[in-house]
Amino acid sequence: MRFDKRFPGPIIDDNPITVQILGLCSVLAVSRSLEPALIMAAAVIAVLIYSNVAVSALRTVMPKSIRLIIEVTLVASAVIVVDEILKAYAPEASRVLTIFVGLIITNCIVLGRAESFAMHNRVLPSLADALNNGVGYAAILLFIAATRELLGNGSLLNVKVLPDAFPRNDMMQYAPSAFFILGLVVWAIRSWHPEQAEQPAHSAEPLSYQEVR
Amino acid sequence: MAEFFNIVMHAMVVENLALVFLLGMCTFIAVSKRVSTAIGLGIAVLLVQLITVPINNVIYHQLLAPGALSWAGLPATDLSHLRFITFIGVIAALVQIVELVLERYFRRLQDALGIFLPLLTVNCAILGASLLMVQREYDFVGSVAYAVGVGAGWAVAVILFAAIRERLRYSDIPVGMQGLGMAFIITGFLAFGFAGISGIEF
Repeated sequence: MRFDKRFPGPIIDDNPITVQILGLCSVLAVSRSLEPALIMAAAVIAVLIYSNVAVSALRTVMPKSIRLIIEVTLVASAVIVVDEILKAYAPEASRVLTIFVGLIITNCIVLGRAESFAMHNRVLPSLADALNNGVGYAAILLFIAATRELLGNGSLLNVKVLPDAFPRNDMMQYAPSAFFILGLVVWAIRSWHPEQAEQPAHSAEPLSYQEVR
Repeated sequence: MAEFFNIVMHAMVVENLALVFLLGMCTFIAVSKRVSTAIGLGIAVLLVQLITVPINNVIYHQLLAPGALSWAGLPATDLSHLRFITFIGVIAALVQIVELVLERYFRRLQDALGIFLPLLTVNCAILGASLLMVQREYDFVGSVAYAVGVGAGWAVAVILFAAIRERLRYSDIPVGMQGLGMAFIITGFLAFGFAGISGIEF
């Protein structure tokens, strides 16, 4: 698995959000407008790269029994640095994102990729994996944020795009709309890639004699 | 007492962690296919919140807050930036201890909750509650009330959601919408319901 082969890899096929169901909290909660979403995406990508590279580099010296604690500590220290940088250079964004910067620690993507990929692979593939998943996360987050800001406020990055006559959809300002958009995104991707669709839990066909017995 | 009740109801209904703040969503979506497992998960969350939030409150106010170290002759020290790493460490350690205690003394409970506990170390709802507790500046009693409220609120939300999903098995959903897609839409409607309550003052 070479670096150049893995990136830009399967962003749709193995998207952390729509396929692996990881890292939902921040996608849903910071997607109200595009600007904080951009900063959040950059922060998550930075932490993801750091944690994947660090875990991969340390994977041979980490004792198996305490590896989770070490991983969490590595991630938490990266998040502290990101949080301090944001507070110093982007205080406005830091106020909008509130606790969600800190919650990158418990963003399942970061620990999920460290556990399932970086623990078993060398540094360069782990870096590519971090970029892949970070970009996959950013793609979904930015799409939802752009949709919500455009339909809810008529603007993109605080620049007016839609004319005033276009009716604003107030629902987009509220958190539940992120679920609806994400649900529709999942539907669209699964109609495009039907192999991702889940099997129905119940079939409408009556059971055959064999099955009943 | 009135204030205690006020904080509990506010954290449980008006600012429900799962459906208003959207925290702990990965677990919420993944472990809600049956009501029985949702009840176990809900109780585990309540238990972990009840233990971690008050302890983190004490640690924050005695060690980390600006000026908290004045008893050690260091009134100018501000360690509040260390709260992320401290809180997650405390949560990870406490979850392990709870697991050990349950295993030794409460086998029945361990059988029901055991699989969820390790999951909760990296659940946003648990760390989020501790961080929000700092932001709200609760005292110790307030933090206990807050823990009861957020834990119970999360439990109620996940049980409601699981009950709806169980019924959903018999409905005719488009293929691409099966499972995950429909789960998002349902959660959206539930969140809307909770958004409707947000104007209520207790």
